[in-house]
Amino acid sequence: MEQTAACAGCSLGTPEQKKALDKLIRESRSTPGCLMHILQEAQGIYGYLPLSVQKEIAQGLDIPLSEVYGVVTFYSQFSLNPKGKNRISVCLGTACYVKGSDKVLAEVEKELGIKCGECTEDGLFSIDSCRCVGACGLAPVMMIGEEVYGKLTPDKVKGILDQYKEASK
Amino acid sequence: MANVNLKINNIPVSVPEGSTILEAARAAHIEIPTLCYLKDVNCVGSCRMCLVEATGARGLVAACVYPVSEGMEVQTNTEKCRKSRKMTLELLLSTHKKKCLSCERNHNCELQRLSAEYGADEDYFEGSPRGYAIDDSNPCVVRDNDKCINCMRCVAACKKQHVGAIGPIARGFASHVGSPFNVDLKDSNCVGCGQCVVACPVGALTLKSDVDPVWKALADPTKKVVFFTAPSVRATLGEAFELPVGTNVEGKMVAAIRRLGNCEVFNMDITADLTIMEEASELIHRIQHKGTMPMFTSCCPGWVKFVEQSFPEFIPNLSTCKSPQGMFGGLLKTYYCEKNGIDPKDLFVVSVIPCSAKKHECKRPQLNGDVDVALTTRELGSMIKTAGIKFAELEDEKFDDPFAACSGGGTIFGATGGVMEAALRVAAKMLDGKFEVIDFPEVRGTAPIKEATYNVAGLTIRVAVASGLENAAAILKDIKAGKRQYDFVEIMACPGGCVNGGGQPTLPDSIRNSVDVRDLRAQALYKSDKENKIRLSSDSPVVEMLYKEYFEKPNSHKAHEVLHTSYNANPKV
Repeated sequence: MEQTAACAGCSLGTPEQKKALDKLIRESRSTPGCLMHILQEAQGIYGYLPLSVQKEIAQGLDIPLSEVYGVVTFYSQFSLNPKGKNRISVCLGTACYVKGSDKVLAEVEKELGIKCGECTEDGLFSIDSCRCVGACGLAPVMMIGEEVYGKLTPDKVKGILDQYKEASK
Repeated sequence: MANVNLKINNIPVSVPEGSTILEAARAAHIEIPTLCYLKDVNCVGSCRMCLVEATGARGLVAACVYPVSEGMEVQTNTEKCRKSRKMTLELLLSTHKKKCLSCERNHNCELQRLSAEYGADEDYFEGSPRGYAIDDSNPCVVRDNDKCINCMRCVAACKKQHVGAIGPIARGFASHVGSPFNVDLKDSNCVGCGQCVVACPVGALTLKSDVDPVWKALADPTKKVVFFTAPSVRATLGEAFELPVGTNVEGKMVAAIRRLGNCEVFNMDITADLTIMEEASELIHRIQHKGTMPMFTSCCPGWVKFVEQSFPEFIPNLSTCKSPQGMFGGLLKTYYCEKNGIDPKDLFVVSVIPCSAKKHECKRPQLNGDVDVALTTRELGSMIKTAGIKFAELEDEKFDDPFAACSGGGTIFGATGGVMEAALRVAAKMLDGKFEVIDFPEVRGTAPIKEATYNVAGLTIRVAVASGLENAAAILKDIKAGKRQYDFVEIMACPGGCVNGGGQPTLPDSIRNSVDVRDLRAQALYKSDKENKIRLSSDSPVVEMLYKEYFEKPNSHKAHEVLHTSYNANPKV
């Protein structure tokens, strides 16, 4: 889940977001080992961790950007990309995987023209993979928001996504 | 501190409390193999090469991080240890790009050395190829991640330089070293110091080779080729030919370069002397005219780039003097060409330098392309080998006139504190003609930061010397915060100065981890300084001639045209 600098966010969001980030860094920076905490909270503020936010954190803590980026890319909980209005999560847990969820994921990626971990340009969809949503009986499974779709096959994907596209119009 | 008694391979040894097994083993003259460990740079216990058996420990322990304890018995060479190390090597080799014959580190690679020692089979495990693209975007450093063993020595070296241009990215099999957001190295905040290359145990990090254009120029009858060699190269080139660390090979070096082809060989210590004349005059001018203080030296291009990128507010503090390389290029393309009726286009200028940052310095627009190619000590060594020259058997030869004789002050430029000492000698003399002090021991040695205060002709001059950009950053932050006050500060990007530059010969870990290479190399320069009848840059006959014939006096209009430069802020995170 890597991204080039060119498409990473380049602003620090709304004035409220910027203010919240500044406060977060100011209040946490003297605590040893605060980086993880700051990244978690910052992701809460922005929904993801773009280049601009990581730079701000690196400067605030006086550590290299490479260190921040290393931690962000190490933990799957951190995202370098914004999340869509509809967050798709394809289960790649054991049961779903043996039932072909990798092919479902590939179909979702193909249908939306983005890779797992990315967000569509219109902000409508983002794709992630997850491990087990507790619905193994319905494998393979994906979630869109809180909605669970089970017993999927690649040919069912387009119809499901179309419902969301339709609903947003 | 109390000592701890233990036995290593049944040999009793007593070491200070808190020592690691690795350090204790060295005291017992036992070598434990290492890969990710590098003295003063990286000590994380991640590569698992140094695993040993120790009483009181479950399983094998990493000797580089495991502390000794009273009565401990350590075995470093059991079958269990050997098997484990062999498998570690075979796993590393399973994904390693095994293009050893064409690798710059062939015969000088820690992975290769250990694989041979342990009889590791490079094909025992079949790993998936990693398929990273080679990043050769940077003017100095080239990264080939398919050869990387993820030891993180480069990352530690870069972080220690307060640059942090590279770091570990992602996790598991996908983990690799790169710049944030995977930008090319040229777009990162790399300053080109090359300490990552010095740290790399394999061929994943190398410097760009500029050997081919030099061979081409040497074979071109329309080109007049001139070499000039930096002060520290004479103290290190011998290592490329198995001579002991700290052997001064000035005479052999000159002889060897002459045998590469039709060329002249000059001594860059001359422009080190010239730098001192200009810099000392600039310092006195700044003190007397209340200019921007403190003044920083500007002879190290890695440091200059660091200021331009990370501390641009200190640009006015940088001396306007070009580096000795820049000065020599300017001198050759003006004075030398004019005097000898040479068209500057036909003069091919090769500098031999200990440094990787000088490769990008050559490309600075301010230097007008005066230096065509900057060759590192390693590159010169490889050219001498290619040419079949039996280096160790050569008779000593002297540099070519008119750029041969230098002062001892010019020679010690290659070690941290050398520029400061040479400048102090001259500045003191300029301020007080009767000032007789020649040696300034306070600014010598490899301590990270050295400070001293001198009183000359009623002036108090507070000086500081730092090597390693981590220490430079500490000084800058303290100056900013008003915690430290100085008049003159010498900074070298590489820890220990140019003798430990990114272009110096690569010594095996077994040597680097057991002796202070920087100190041994520096001693060769201080010895040369001591033996030189001329100690002050201002006493050098070449310097005298240049001012008489061309520059008139330090900081003259002509001197500013040829010997001084400007800087540009280029902030980068």
